[in-house]
Amino acid sequence: MRPLPAEPPAFFHRGPSPLARLAFFGLLSIALLFADTRFRYLENVRLVATSVLYPLLRVVQVPAEALSYVGTYFSSQRELADDNAALKRLLVEQAPAVQGFARLQKDGAELKALLALRERYAAAATTVEVLYTGRDPFAQKVFVDKGADSGIVPGEAVIDVDGVVGQVTRVFPFMAEVTLVTDKDHAVPVKVVRTGVRSVLYGSGTGRLPELRFTAPNADVEVGDLLVTSGIDGTYPAGLAVARVVTLERDTGQMFARITTRPLAGVDRSMHLLVLGSAAALPPRPDEPAEADTTKKGGRSKSRRGG
Amino acid sequence: MALPRASPLYPASPEEILRPAAAWFVLLTLALGFVGNLLPFGGVAGALKPDFLALLLLYWCIQAPRYVGVGTAWLLGLLMDVGDATLFGQHALAYAVLAYGAEYFRRRVLRFPLWQQAAQVAVLLALCAGIVLLIRVVGGAPLPRWTYVVPPLSGALLWPALSVLLQWPQRPVTSASDL
Repeated sequence: MRPLPAEPPAFFHRGPSPLARLAFFGLLSIALLFADTRFRYLENVRLVATSVLYPLLRVVQVPAEALSYVGTYFSSQRELADDNAALKRLLVEQAPAVQGFARLQKDGAELKALLALRERYAAAATTVEVLYTGRDPFAQKVFVDKGADSGIVPGEAVIDVDGVVGQVTRVFPFMAEVTLVTDKDHAVPVKVVRTGVRSVLYGSGTGRLPELRFTAPNADVEVGDLLVTSGIDGTYPAGLAVARVVTLERDTGQMFARITTRPLAGVDRSMHLLVLGSAAALPPRPDEPAEADTTKKGGRSKSRRGG
Repeated sequence: MALPRASPLYPASPEEILRPAAAWFVLLTLALGFVGNLLPFGGVAGALKPDFLALLLLYWCIQAPRYVGVGTAWLLGLLMDVGDATLFGQHALAYAVLAYGAEYFRRRVLRFPLWQQAAQVAVLLALCAGIVLLIRVVGGAPLPRWTYVVPPLSGALLWPALSVLLQWPQRPVTSASDL
């Protein structure tokens, strides 16, 4: 008796075996991963693909939006009245600052003209609404409802009523991706309001508080200090509130102090954000010496160079 | 002529021969899975939400290997990468491995009762999530929260219900005249 053949007869074959297919598609995926992470070749492909998917992405939002609409529709008369009263009170409280702002702005403009300082930020700003938070569990990102159609460009700073939220990192035709200050290694150049000490605030990833890195153990920083943007990176305008120092560990055995901070803005809560206009072109950076160039790793974003 | 009677909503026994699934039905369910993955859930619902597309891919790789295989899984993974705005190729690689795993499991997994199938599905879904985790951590991303392990488990819990539901149109229709 003939032994049964291990392979099915030739007329049952349908193309290459699953293992061959897996090897082919696996290698293709790895090539794509490299092209995307190392060289960023695929941004244009992503732009086109996201534009094609955009209607679907919006349609999927509809049930959630409908639910929240129904929720607000049935909010009580009393709640609305309370809200209204609180907002009016807030408006009156802020009146002195607003009324004084025009004078301050004029003074500032005159002083700048006097000192021949460069006007670094256009006043233009775009209000946007958060469409949805990113579904990637490894990154801290949100998507907002305006993009290239409203003149948003990558690199613009994004704030809410309380402070800095993040930075625009990708722009699609009708939406934009905002990387939050809590995203791992997202850097914001800051200074301590009380003393003027400069540092850089680095995000630490999901569920962890951002920290001030590379600050000497004897730097004049205390728990509760307010940190504002220093404006020296050319991305974030100076003076925007960013975070407050929460814990402070000075260990003389270490090179740097461990300082964690809590963002002031509702980074993971705010629905209405403001995209600030991009900075006017800065003068080009002077060339760095050749040997320093080779030892330094290239920064990914503009904001990394600050500090 | 007697009206066809709807088949009962309980799992098909391994001996029962199911009718082949219609191509449009496979496509429709995969499209629904993709849309399900795009749904903007937050908070607890977001943490519990399984990877619907992976689950459906796994089901069809087992039940309809003529339509859905490694190549289809890879393409849908690319689509998921665009929808999630993550790295190009991370879901593609994970889904391709998942489809290969399904090919490997296919012949024996249906012999088990549904809850034992679910346990094996959990392993495959965890493998899929593990590949994404490996790719991202090697790429320099921080470790996600512990809730990252929940979606494969919730996906596996959905497996019995999903199997019964998706088998239903494939059950042979018994007409009243047969009785």
